[in-house]
Amino acid sequence: MSDFEYAPALESKAIANISKDYGLFINGKFIASHNKKRFETINPANEEVLAKISLADEVDIDKAVKAARAAYVKVWSKMSGKERAKYLFRIARLLQERSREFAVVESLDNGKPIRETRDIDIPLSAAHFFYHAGWADKLEFAGFGDKPKAHGVVAQIIPWNFPLLMLAWKIAPALATGNTVVLKPAETTPLTALLFAEVCQQADLPPGVVNIITGDGSTGAALTKHPDIDKVAFTGSTEVGKLIARSLAVSNTPVTLELGGKGANIVFEDAPLDQAVEGIINGIFFNQGHVCCAGSRLLLQENIHDEFLSKLQKRMSKIRLGDPLDKNTDIGAINSAAQLAKIHELSSSGQAEGADIWSAPCQIPNKGFWFAPTIFTGVTQAHRIAREEIFGPVLSVLTFRTPQEAIEKANNTPFGLSAGVWSDKGSRILWAGNHLKAGVIWANTFNKFDPASPFGGYKESGWGREGGRHGLGAYIKGAK
Amino acid sequence: MSALNLIDGSETSLRRFLQTLAGVDQIGAQERAAMLATRSIKTTSKKWAIDMAISMIDLTTLEGADTAGKIRSLCSKALRPDPQDPSVPHVGAVCVYNDMVGIARKHLDSIGGQSIPVAAVATAFPSGRASRKVKLQDTKDAISLGATEIDMVIDRGAFLSGHLGEVFDEIRAIKEICSDKAHLKVILETGELVTLDNVRKASYLAMLAGADFIKTSTGKVTPAATAPVVLVMLEAVRDFYELSQVRIGVKPAGGIRTTKDAIKQLVLVKEIAGAEWLNPELFRIGASALLNDLLMQRMKLTTGRYSSANYVTVD
Repeated sequence: MSDFEYAPALESKAIANISKDYGLFINGKFIASHNKKRFETINPANEEVLAKISLADEVDIDKAVKAARAAYVKVWSKMSGKERAKYLFRIARLLQERSREFAVVESLDNGKPIRETRDIDIPLSAAHFFYHAGWADKLEFAGFGDKPKAHGVVAQIIPWNFPLLMLAWKIAPALATGNTVVLKPAETTPLTALLFAEVCQQADLPPGVVNIITGDGSTGAALTKHPDIDKVAFTGSTEVGKLIARSLAVSNTPVTLELGGKGANIVFEDAPLDQAVEGIINGIFFNQGHVCCAGSRLLLQENIHDEFLSKLQKRMSKIRLGDPLDKNTDIGAINSAAQLAKIHELSSSGQAEGADIWSAPCQIPNKGFWFAPTIFTGVTQAHRIAREEIFGPVLSVLTFRTPQEAIEKANNTPFGLSAGVWSDKGSRILWAGNHLKAGVIWANTFNKFDPASPFGGYKESGWGREGGRHGLGAYIKGAK
Repeated sequence: MSALNLIDGSETSLRRFLQTLAGVDQIGAQERAAMLATRSIKTTSKKWAIDMAISMIDLTTLEGADTAGKIRSLCSKALRPDPQDPSVPHVGAVCVYNDMVGIARKHLDSIGGQSIPVAAVATAFPSGRASRKVKLQDTKDAISLGATEIDMVIDRGAFLSGHLGEVFDEIRAIKEICSDKAHLKVILETGELVTLDNVRKASYLAMLAGADFIKTSTGKVTPAATAPVVLVMLEAVRDFYELSQVRIGVKPAGGIRTTKDAIKQLVLVKEIAGAEWLNPELFRIGASALLNDLLMQRMKLTTGRYSSANYVTVD
């Protein structure tokens, strides 16, 4: 060996006990679905089938909602916050205890690298349960009146990009505030939610407090339309979010939506360049770019464009694409064939519209769904790749001349989820923060999450906040 | 040296040049270093890394209690780190105080270690608090005794009080003495410079003045070779190469005691500066205790078993 090549360092799969097929988790038990229909969940890194999953229909949904209602009326609404907290703490600790198993299953089912599931997804999921356990007996001091009340039964639908973490974002505050839950994980990534159902059993959570039903888009649509649902929480595409908002407008059911984004990462000439490069990399290539708050538009001050781009390309050449279970992998597999097709479609549109494409030199594995880290330069506001969410490892690079122009371009989007500002000048950061229309603004960092920090969007990026004290409000009746 | 074209040698031009450098965000640098520390180096890459790390060690003793006997023993260890296993490479150099250079050179030559250079710490190491005259003489002495590598310290007092020209001139004066007889390593003593912005500035200052290597620390001050500091210095040599087409070496020293520490350093080199720096001509590790840990890990890889510390020599 003449160079320092990293030998494969694979995390063992042995710890992952994946059943061949899974039922629906209703009223504390795994049961067969009404229509006995099944679908497969696969490992996107090699297209191997991981398990058969039940497809829930209206009958199953009704059963789950009834179980959640009964648990709410008979047990959960009568339990003190202090007692509810014990269950949340127990779940948090079990997630920590089984963290390696969860990390492996998440990487297998989603395609994301083990480094991320191990260091981010799973620890952060546990942190959300710990954080909300702390709130459960202190809700009267949270600023929602002296007797805050739960909604009752909440329907929650989560996406495939951070399966367990999104589950934690939804279930932890719902349980802490005294609601019971029917949750539907994404069609392509149901496994960690089903593993979480086992954790609920292990924690002796009263039956019916958490119900997990698997299925496709039709299952989700049917769940939100069930007449006995008191609140809906959805994270996913803006397209589906609009459908949900429309259907719920009739019943006036409270809803929170966490939708798409087209975050701008603005690099000013006085930025700490090497760290800004890291931030841009983390902003768009973290989780293969399957991040709603990804910094998918890089706005570069024109006078540092060439220098910065050269640094960025050199850094991108060092990104390690490959087996998600290898501890040295930086970027894993695209979650599904459908998502890969969407990325290809938008990427081709970028080329057709005249932007210059550059991809990092990566060896793409033969099997599975992959897309090399890619940047488009010479992008203008009028290009589709500057406007539409690609939800993949594709960065659009635009330039600006003055700070005012940077803000104007950053805000010129129907979305408003995230933004990043890179500058060594504190006053400029604060000024930019005041003018950017985005729910989360990071300064000299990107993609940082904490249970205590509220998260959510402006405009078409969503309604409401998740996390922190603000996020609790979504699960309390009448809270503003 | 083409790098000198970047400035005219005056304090004003130096200052102007250093002001063009982008700042370093400390949190970002720490995060990047922490992320690279998670790289998992196994089997064949571990074996390669251990041998490479051994050949990069500047095996060091810098104690008031150093004696001729101690130096001879260090030299023997430098040439044959594991007396039972001739496949272990020799270390990069031995590093001693200037009055020990002659003893080290002579002993190395007598045991067949002609190819191992002797490095001397110079310029009133470790504090650097002496007159210019003494510092120059210190360097001349070391070279005349056979040192082919000089590890000088910068004047941190002058740097921190803003007298960059003074620091620069001193490095140039020492470089002149070294000329083609000795390689010059410039110790920044980053533990006293404290901020990463200072580390970057001092790195450029040393490179512009003619350093062949930039070195983190004397080993007498903590913190020493922390990962973020080494990261910033590796970025500096990488970027300096773009400017001047000259590759400057990097030497972390102080606090690198285990194989894991050493491998983390090599990961930094590979992923920040690039594979071109992965050789003893451009990367050295200043250490003493590290060598034995590398040898024990090497035995583990060969035999599959961990042995007790009694199976490696104490010095």
